[in-house]
Amino acid sequence: MRTLGLIAAFCLGGLLFFISFDFPSWGDALSPASRHVSPYYIEHSLEDTSVPNIVTAVLADYRGFDTLFETAVIFSAGLACFFLVRVSERQVPAARFYRHLATGITFRIEKGGRLPEGTGEFERIDSLWVPYDVIIGMTCRLVVPFIQLFALYVIAHGHHSPGGGFQGGVIFGAAIILFAISTNLRRTLKRMSERSSALLSSLGVLIYAGTGLLCLFMGAGFLNYRALAAILGVDQVAARSDGILIVESGVGIAVAAVMVWIYYNLSSAGKQDEGL
Amino acid sequence: MEEQFPAIIVAVPLFAALLVTLVWWFDNRFCFPIAILAGTVSLAASAGLLLRVLSTGVVEYRMGGWPPPVGIVYRVDHLNGLFLVVISAVSLLNLAGSRTIAKKEFGEKLGAFYALYLLFITGLLGILITGDAFNLYVLLEIASLTGYALIGMGRRRAPLSSLNYVFMGTIGASLYLLGVGYLYLITGTLNMADIARILPAILPSNVVLLAFILCLSGLFVKMALFPLHAWLPNAYTYAPSTVSSLVAPLTTKVMIYVMFRVTLSIFTVDFAFNSIAVRLPLLWLAIVAIVMGSLLALAQKRLKKMLAFIIVAEVGYMVGGFWLGNRAGMNGAVLHIINDAAMTLCVFMAAGAIVYKTEDDRLSSLQGMFRKMPVSMTAMVVGGLSLIGVPPTCGFFSKWYLISGGIAAGQFAFVAALIFSSLVNTVLFFRFFEIGYFEPFPPEKTRHHGHTGYLAQSKEMAEAPLDVLVPLITAAVLVILLGLFSGEIVTRVIQFAIPAVIG
Amino acid sequence: MESIGDLIIAKYNYWAVITLLLIGLYAMIAKKNLVKKIIGMNIFQTAIILFYVSIGSKKGATIPIILHGPAGSSHAVHAADYINPLPHVLMLTAIVVSVATLGVALALAMKIYSQYGTLEEDEILEKIMESETG
Repeated sequence: MRTLGLIAAFCLGGLLFFISFDFPSWGDALSPASRHVSPYYIEHSLEDTSVPNIVTAVLADYRGFDTLFETAVIFSAGLACFFLVRVSERQVPAARFYRHLATGITFRIEKGGRLPEGTGEFERIDSLWVPYDVIIGMTCRLVVPFIQLFALYVIAHGHHSPGGGFQGGVIFGAAIILFAISTNLRRTLKRMSERSSALLSSLGVLIYAGTGLLCLFMGAGFLNYRALAAILGVDQVAARSDGILIVESGVGIAVAAVMVWIYYNLSSAGKQDEGL
Repeated sequence: MEEQFPAIIVAVPLFAALLVTLVWWFDNRFCFPIAILAGTVSLAASAGLLLRVLSTGVVEYRMGGWPPPVGIVYRVDHLNGLFLVVISAVSLLNLAGSRTIAKKEFGEKLGAFYALYLLFITGLLGILITGDAFNLYVLLEIASLTGYALIGMGRRRAPLSSLNYVFMGTIGASLYLLGVGYLYLITGTLNMADIARILPAILPSNVVLLAFILCLSGLFVKMALFPLHAWLPNAYTYAPSTVSSLVAPLTTKVMIYVMFRVTLSIFTVDFAFNSIAVRLPLLWLAIVAIVMGSLLALAQKRLKKMLAFIIVAEVGYMVGGFWLGNRAGMNGAVLHIINDAAMTLCVFMAAGAIVYKTEDDRLSSLQGMFRKMPVSMTAMVVGGLSLIGVPPTCGFFSKWYLISGGIAAGQFAFVAALIFSSLVNTVLFFRFFEIGYFEPFPPEKTRHHGHTGYLAQSKEMAEAPLDVLVPLITAAVLVILLGLFSGEIVTRVIQFAIPAVIG
Repeated sequence: MESIGDLIIAKYNYWAVITLLLIGLYAMIAKKNLVKKIIGMNIFQTAIILFYVSIGSKKGATIPIILHGPAGSSHAVHAADYINPLPHVLMLTAIVVSVATLGVALALAMKIYSQYGTLEEDEILEKIMESETG
């Protein structure tokens, strides 16, 4: 396999290297890629959509259809991880760890043993639990709301600065994952259950696809936000801008929820019991 | 509404997949009806679209209302109009037959299965319909990702096979993406028609040549052309039955369509067939694929694995037919994509029904199966006869076109490979037929149960349930109907799908 | 006649991309550990992302956000002042695709590990051989 790999790599590499001499130079403003379609975006995005961030305008409007499927890709990934690794909750793990709150003694309860849940005197801990996590836990609890706020800002400000649904969604999801890492998976699942993460990820894509279908039923083409002007009560250019915001929020919800959903399944090997 | 058909074909399955995900957390029962409904709407829209293409010519649909090079367009001509109908029909038929088997295979995750199924269809239909080279990549990844997940849920070696498929599939898709990147570098556009318009001005160019090589080799990995086929047999063998009867008829065929589309609509006929000397090497590659696929199929002891290697050989048919470069060969290749989708569906659904009952797909365990499962086995035989190429079934007609194309092009090695492969298929299916029909139901299976055990066994080994059988019979009838109407299909549709330059 | 220095400056980014591409491809084919293969796959995809991004660059241009906001419609926007936004959009999609593929690949690797207790490909194949013959 090693020689085969080397041969494949060198054949492809030689070919690519040889052809790279025919490329336009790096940063050449006169290269075909910079002359044909892209000047249209740069020069017209402001008057077409009134969005100064051209990347956002191209992403969510000119090539909005790509982005719909991009969101669908990430949704499929969440669904696929669930489908592949999730195991039924009925399977009780081999052994569980409990800590007696008053004394701090840790108990290991074998499979089949009676679990001291609901008594209030015991706390369930993970096998990989780190004892002195007060500082980490407190810091993360303090930081999480600000990260989430920043995520919302990134989504909302995607029209004017680098950002948008994907970036904001990932930051939002990361905040929840940080919470899960700093405390434990079960507590996070109480705040945001698996069902709600699944429903939200579906809902996010649904907002995007639904906006597209709404435009279609309003008589314009699929994802033609111009049609939203009648509903939103604004002119057609502003409707495009608003349409972009709507779909970007949908993307944000979907990405955040999918990130959390994937984390739930991958970190606990599908058991959703003990996380990282 | 009619002008919105192109969007509906893709948007409805996507929407339904999302809806299924919302619904299944509350009630599992609604998933199947939603999926069937979405599949039906998609099929109806595809059929309507094909009729429109037949009457008025190429249909173009602008996403978001933006004109071609700026926005993404859907472009439907005779070629993909026809395939849209075929692919949506095949996936709907398989969906209809999946209910009982999927319930057994997936249990609690049934809702996720249907959502992934619908996303998979969305991806494939999108690949067929799109007129944008990059959009095609995104849809390709949707179809692949859901495919990996669906295959990975099978038993035994399935996760490992699926992971190998992930690696190979990612290499394939990435090479295609790199090829598109080269094209973008040299033309500045991603719209297929726009690239085709610009390319003649910059030819001859090494960058374009490399882009062509990269795109094609990426697609060859994805369609499992012989030396790059290693991922396919295991993935299709160990996948759950409902999944292998979905993935096997569709994935490779759609990838072969993409090869047609990329060659004809992006790189143009003139470049691919006249300017560069790739025609003969690719034809020989196809010949090797046919011969090796058939030989490897001969060596298999398991039913599904044998069928998977037959697919490897069939890929060679279509690639070879295309690169013959004449009208008869291309007619044959296009017709064979349709026929192969139908007959692969038929044999894999039959295999699914058999495995559902016997839980064993070794060829040796099929003894006496004709008496136990007459309908499934008959459907298998119809599909098998079609794979061999026996006249009333559709496989004969496309093979006829391919052979006449090979003779017209003077490529007798291709003709010989086709005949060789037919002979091998004859051997394979007659072996199957012999085991299933003439060998008695093995006594050792029943002996230790005693007399009552025999009765219980024979009751147990009855035919598969009716909702599996009806779609299966439909598929078998479809194989024969496609054969009877293949002349119609060629003169009415395929005739116009092939560029006029090809004589 | 351009000097070698100019040539290197004009093309070195493509060469860096090619090198990364080959590292990824080699790891995917030659490594035996499945997680290493997955990492190789990710490097391979990242190389392509870098390739696209370097297509989009333009000398002397800034990021594609128009400076004066919606009110500045009176001033003309010149394409030469902003880098090409399209590759960035495309690569946002490709990044998402590669993350999604990575997630699915890791889920599969997890399933394989729970099935065979190892992620070394040769050991897995050995175990499969054993279970099929025995």
